[in-house]
Amino acid sequence: MGRAKLPRKSTSIDMTAMCDVAFLLLSFFILTTKFKPAEAIAVTTPNSVAAKVAPDKDFVMIILDKDGKVFLSMDDESKKEYIANTLNNTKNLGINVNAFKKANFYGASFGTLAAFVNLPEDQRKGANLPGIPVKDTANNELVTWMRIINEAYQGVKAPNLLVKGDNLAKYPSFKAVVDAFKKNDFLKFQMITNPEAAPLGTDLWKMNQSGEKREE
Amino acid sequence: MAEMDTSGGGGHKKGPGVKKGKKLSTRVDLTPMVDLGFLLITFFIFTTTMAQPTAMKLFLPKDAENPEDQNKAKESGVITILLGKDNNVFYYEGQLDNTASNFKSSNFKEIRSVLINKKANTPEKDLVVVLKPSSECTYRNVVDILDEMAINVLKRYALVDISEVEEKLVKLSGASAPAAN
Repeated sequence: MGRAKLPRKSTSIDMTAMCDVAFLLLSFFILTTKFKPAEAIAVTTPNSVAAKVAPDKDFVMIILDKDGKVFLSMDDESKKEYIANTLNNTKNLGINVNAFKKANFYGASFGTLAAFVNLPEDQRKGANLPGIPVKDTANNELVTWMRIINEAYQGVKAPNLLVKGDNLAKYPSFKAVVDAFKKNDFLKFQMITNPEAAPLGTDLWKMNQSGEKREE
Repeated sequence: MAEMDTSGGGGHKKGPGVKKGKKLSTRVDLTPMVDLGFLLITFFIFTTTMAQPTAMKLFLPKDAENPEDQNKAKESGVITILLGKDNNVFYYEGQLDNTASNFKSSNFKEIRSVLINKKANTPEKDLVVVLKPSSECTYRNVVDILDEMAINVLKRYALVDISEVEEKLVKLSGASAPAAN
């Protein structure tokens, strides 16, 4: 009977090709994963058990870097415009309003603000900027900033006030920021932190275990 | 490893004309799968490290104009925590006495048990924690101690300015106490 004899085939496959694909994918993902864009101001935030995700729109954020320098950042362009105009009118700073709107953050005294917003983006790095002067309690410029922001948000929903501080920032600069808030009746703010689990056996842990909702 | 029996049913003879199935190994080379596994692991490690930042809320009290308007707290229920240099923590219960004998040194690890003790031994409505960060402590210390309030579910606490006497005391004790982490 003429039945064709099948040739004996090995079932072990050459895995070089698959390896290649695996590594190709690996390199693809490594190269394309977008990390958070390099921040102009390097801040390492502390950890906390807070579970609420930080708001990422409609915010006014105060950044404290590790040397205690204070920067201000906000996202609403129309409010930025208002602030630039107010500063120009009241303090005669001669700020370029468009450049002010484009700037991601502000970190200069009022006197040098016009020059600050005209700096090219890549030169505006936290490390070599002066920050908003806050240390002098009599002349805490953040108070003025917050006052104008308060005016800008008059009649609309108050912005999410955020404080993003570095682990190593000293307390006096944080206090200066808090004072500036208080003076303008901003009595509620949020601090940006990295999430952390509640330690075992503590009251909060027990609450979480029993499914109780905690106050935020 | 799991393997299929391919020996052909105990070795009994098949009838004439029945071809015996070819012995094929069912063993699969797992190396590519391992590769893929590592690939996925790597991918997930890279993508999940970026945890969403969370926000911790803090409500500020309005500055009372007159001392009479300020909140009163029972002395027995008050514990004051002072934050010093190099992550040192100091605390005292009630009022600081003249010789500062009730001024105790602690650190971030031990302060939790202090707070838990205090909470257990004080009626809830009297318990107030006063937090006084000195000018030498860091932002991290402040967040940590506020976090400690959240961890121990202490509802009444206040961030208060440190007095000069306390500032000095913290400085002195901070110099003598070993730097804690």
